[in-house]
Amino acid sequence: MSFDLNFIGILIGAIMASSVPLILAASGELITERSGVLNLGVEGMMIIGAISGFALMVVTDNLFFAVVGSMLSGLIISLIFGLLTQSLLTNHVATGLALTIFGIGMSAMIGKNFVGIPGKEFPLLFVNLKESIPFLGPIFFGHSIILYFAFGLPFLTNYFLKKTKTGLIIRAVGDSPTSASNQGINVTLVRYSCILYGGAMCGLAGAYLSLIYTPQWIENMTGGRGWIALALVVFATWSPIKVLIGALIFGGITILQLHMQAVGLRIPVQLLSALPYIMTIIVLVVISRDSRKIKLNTPTSLGQIFYKEK
Amino acid sequence: MIKVEKRNDVSRSIYFLTPILAIFLTLFGGGIIFFILGFNPIEALKFFFITPISDLYGLSELLVKATPLCLIAIGLSFCFKSNNWNIGAEGQLIFGGIVGGGVALLFYNHDGFYVLPIIILSGAIGGMLFAMIPAILKTYFNTNEILVSLMLVYVAKLLLDYLVVGPWSNPEGFNFPETRQFSESARMPILFDGLRIHAGIFITLITVFLSWLILYKTYLGFQIKVSGLSLKTAKYAGYKGKTMIIIVFMISGACAGLAGVGEITGPIGQLHRNISPDYGFTAIIVAFLGRLNPIGIIFASLIVALTYLGAETAQIFLQVPKYTGQVFQGMILFFLLGSDYLLFFKIKFLGLKKNEL
Repeated sequence: MSFDLNFIGILIGAIMASSVPLILAASGELITERSGVLNLGVEGMMIIGAISGFALMVVTDNLFFAVVGSMLSGLIISLIFGLLTQSLLTNHVATGLALTIFGIGMSAMIGKNFVGIPGKEFPLLFVNLKESIPFLGPIFFGHSIILYFAFGLPFLTNYFLKKTKTGLIIRAVGDSPTSASNQGINVTLVRYSCILYGGAMCGLAGAYLSLIYTPQWIENMTGGRGWIALALVVFATWSPIKVLIGALIFGGITILQLHMQAVGLRIPVQLLSALPYIMTIIVLVVISRDSRKIKLNTPTSLGQIFYKEK
Repeated sequence: MIKVEKRNDVSRSIYFLTPILAIFLTLFGGGIIFFILGFNPIEALKFFFITPISDLYGLSELLVKATPLCLIAIGLSFCFKSNNWNIGAEGQLIFGGIVGGGVALLFYNHDGFYVLPIIILSGAIGGMLFAMIPAILKTYFNTNEILVSLMLVYVAKLLLDYLVVGPWSNPEGFNFPETRQFSESARMPILFDGLRIHAGIFITLITVFLSWLILYKTYLGFQIKVSGLSLKTAKYAGYKGKTMIIIVFMISGACAGLAGVGEITGPIGQLHRNISPDYGFTAIIVAFLGRLNPIGIIFASLIVALTYLGAETAQIFLQVPKYTGQVFQGMILFFLLGSDYLLFFKIKFLGLKKNEL
């Protein structure tokens, strides 16, 4: 029996690993959306983070630079979104879409010379503990530092939004930019900061994919995870802890689907691959059905343009 | 000194001039990117935007690519005008292609003038039904249509993959992931020998005309516009919001489905994994660049089609990836949205006054 238990532990560990990019991107986007900004460019920022992280790893041979660089590039690309939506007052939905299209194209252009280069081994922590403790070992140990960060992030975000003054300001800006502005809060500045933070987290999520999860560069390698992260924020009704739960469910579906394929169940591969997307739709329907409940949690000014007459 | 002032009314000339400004800025931005990549920017832009359309074949290819783009964008304009964010046209295109392709396979080795119209019609219905999923979920379950329509793109792609690998794959096809070639009666007539431009262009043009008619000459068109401008006003006026949401999604899904069936019966001639190079997503840019206006969309579709051709030419001559086209498409939309600022604000360049020096 101990073998089976250990296998389940390994399975849980794998589910955790596959949920990391979703947690990072969704937590970042959650802060952005809490400030009233809807950035649909998550997929584009993630893919830019993925290629910049990988390219920096190859060029500098230093994983630290690669990780920090991926966050910086996510931040820089989100600055385009910030400039447009906050300073030039463009429509959030259209600008976010442009960011995704641009990001996918740009990453392929940069990544042209990095296709087929093998990745570098990313250091994993507590590997000996992972192997010596059955069941719990593979769950808690033998992961990269980014995974531990990702699993702490929703709790930090929750604390930040609920217990700190800055968190309160962000929520105020998201719920009523006009009154926040009348209180002397610089709405545009707060929103810029939240957009840049979201960008950095999406960049990190991308780097996790290209440096750790599948250490190589493949065109379009984020494969829709950015969109699932966006759906997760709605799924979680803008609560960070629920983001974590949601990400684990989606990670679970992904891993389960891979295992069902490996076991050779007589279900078409494509149906299994479609499961995460179909599940997202079903979950969205269940969550959104109660329009009162969702209105209660949605940042009131989400996606609306704020302009202060000077 | 620069001073920014809010405009009281939107200037109509600027409304249609800013897209042109956006195109020039995109060329400029593209030149800079090519320069950074180590190319002569003028040369590279020439390969991208002039070489592809310098002969008759190139011009025909331009129309072949603009045909689906224009058709989808026209459909999307109904949604976007009324503030419904259907961004899953790619999925509706693929599903329309699947249904139309299925009918084409059903009529394999059938002759008769009725075959092609049935295929086209079923493709349109396929796209329409697929678009009704996000519409119905939005109206009755309050679900976000952006996410649902987008998730369905992946579902449609995987369904197509399943069909061409499995049950619909060509029995004599050595396990290639593709169906049989459709029979001649199931193909769009080619307009000129040796070129690929096909009768689908007429479907697009008729759709453009009908859309103009609906949008500007009917009560439905008026309702769509009012709902886009102010949902509250629409509610006070007593418009049936739910019905309208479903109608605009049906129109846009049918257009995307038509585009899909036009591709598989036109240039492709069978079903395989990649029946669309993301036309459904790119059409979003076309719709915006054309200002959601039928005539504007025709011009915009030609310009955006050129980025596809340009990327193909540049891939051959400059060895840049074909995704370069998307960089240009993204930039066009960035610059277009950004230059809209000029619509709502006046920028005044004031000289420094003497006492300020």
